[in-house]
Amino acid sequence: MAGLWQTMWLNVLEFTFLVWSGSLMAGFLGALTGLGGGVVLVPLLTIFFHVDLHYAIGASLVSVIATSSGSAAAYVKEGFSNIRIGMFLEIATTLGALLGAYLTAKVPASAIAIIFGLMLMYSAYVSRRTRPRTSIEKGPDPLATRLKMNGTFPDTSGIRSYNVYGVPAGFSIMFGAGALSGLLGVGSGALKVVAMDQVMKIPFKVSTTTSNFMIGVTAAASAGIYLSRGYIDPALAMPVMLGVLIGSLLGTRVLVKTQTKQLRLIFSVVIVLLGIEMLLKGFTGEF
Amino acid sequence: MPTSPPTDDGRSFQEWYEERMENTIAGLLRAGVLLSAFVVIAGAVLYLGAHPLARVSYRSFAGEPEHLRDVHGIVRSAFSGQARSLMQLGLLLLIATPVARVVFSILAFAMEGDRMYVIFTLVVLSVLLYSLFGSFLFA
Repeated sequence: MAGLWQTMWLNVLEFTFLVWSGSLMAGFLGALTGLGGGVVLVPLLTIFFHVDLHYAIGASLVSVIATSSGSAAAYVKEGFSNIRIGMFLEIATTLGALLGAYLTAKVPASAIAIIFGLMLMYSAYVSRRTRPRTSIEKGPDPLATRLKMNGTFPDTSGIRSYNVYGVPAGFSIMFGAGALSGLLGVGSGALKVVAMDQVMKIPFKVSTTTSNFMIGVTAAASAGIYLSRGYIDPALAMPVMLGVLIGSLLGTRVLVKTQTKQLRLIFSVVIVLLGIEMLLKGFTGEF
Repeated sequence: MPTSPPTDDGRSFQEWYEERMENTIAGLLRAGVLLSAFVVIAGAVLYLGAHPLARVSYRSFAGEPEHLRDVHGIVRSAFSGQARSLMQLGLLLLIATPVARVVFSILAFAMEGDRMYVIFTLVVLSVLLYSLFGSFLFA
């Protein structure tokens, strides 16, 4: 399968249409399962379309901005995201993103492929894990209070308030999430959610929506550097961005109506398989 | 400042004000994405119409030409009607959307009198501007 287009050269129309369709599927499944479509774009482009890793990362990053910004409207309406937490942590993610984007030119492509493979496996693992949450009876954290991070969100039983903890640890992980985003051209939403949900004890709903909000700004921080390096090819990024955008908007529409458990499992398996393929390619030096 | 907030749902004025602010930001983001998609599609129509049957390969990295690498070059070549530049301009608008969001947040925090968050947001903005305009320092 991977060699399908190895010997065949596609013309502009065929290539654009196929890349658009693949990206549409990725965006749709990513939004539907909540796993994010960005993670499968780079493997899709490099493994199936034989796109150079740097061009693939550039196109993927651009579409990450599109989905994050495009779906923000739907999330914000529900009143979950916490703009102060997001903005404060964006200091870490944008600085990390600068470092990551800088490293893409220094780190060999095979190493990027290996890191990518590990990241894919990790995302699949995080999505399968059930998170044990012990409710905390501690008083509010002084630093989080000083930073005005504690907030409220609408719950089935009315407005619920929450306290935020572990700000320095969360901030550090966010720097790492930003660096991964800049290095791999992904949103690294999984890691952002782990930092907020697990480390900072922010309610899950608030974590996921705030993470989505942060992804666009984080990606914009590496996009400028990608642009100046010539990683963003308009003719490649065009079908990727339009496909992912339309796919994810469709995905968020049907999200509420469908039972996604089976689909999540299938998509996780796909992500793991792509992760293995990226690892193999990285180790055999095919990039 | 906004007009009187609803008080029946037990939320403070700050929370009510912030929800309004977030709604405005969401609208801004959506408008930015729509505008960018529109420009990208316009460029795509020109591009696909110009040489639909040419062969493409992205297998080896050559890097984009100079005029597609920085804000000034993209804007100038897009207005001269080049299809690839027009698509790139659309992508540039997309990249600018979160930057506009950050600028708006600075204003919103300033109107709220939250000096600490004005400073945090300014830090984020300077990182973004550095990436877009100052990245030649990395070369």
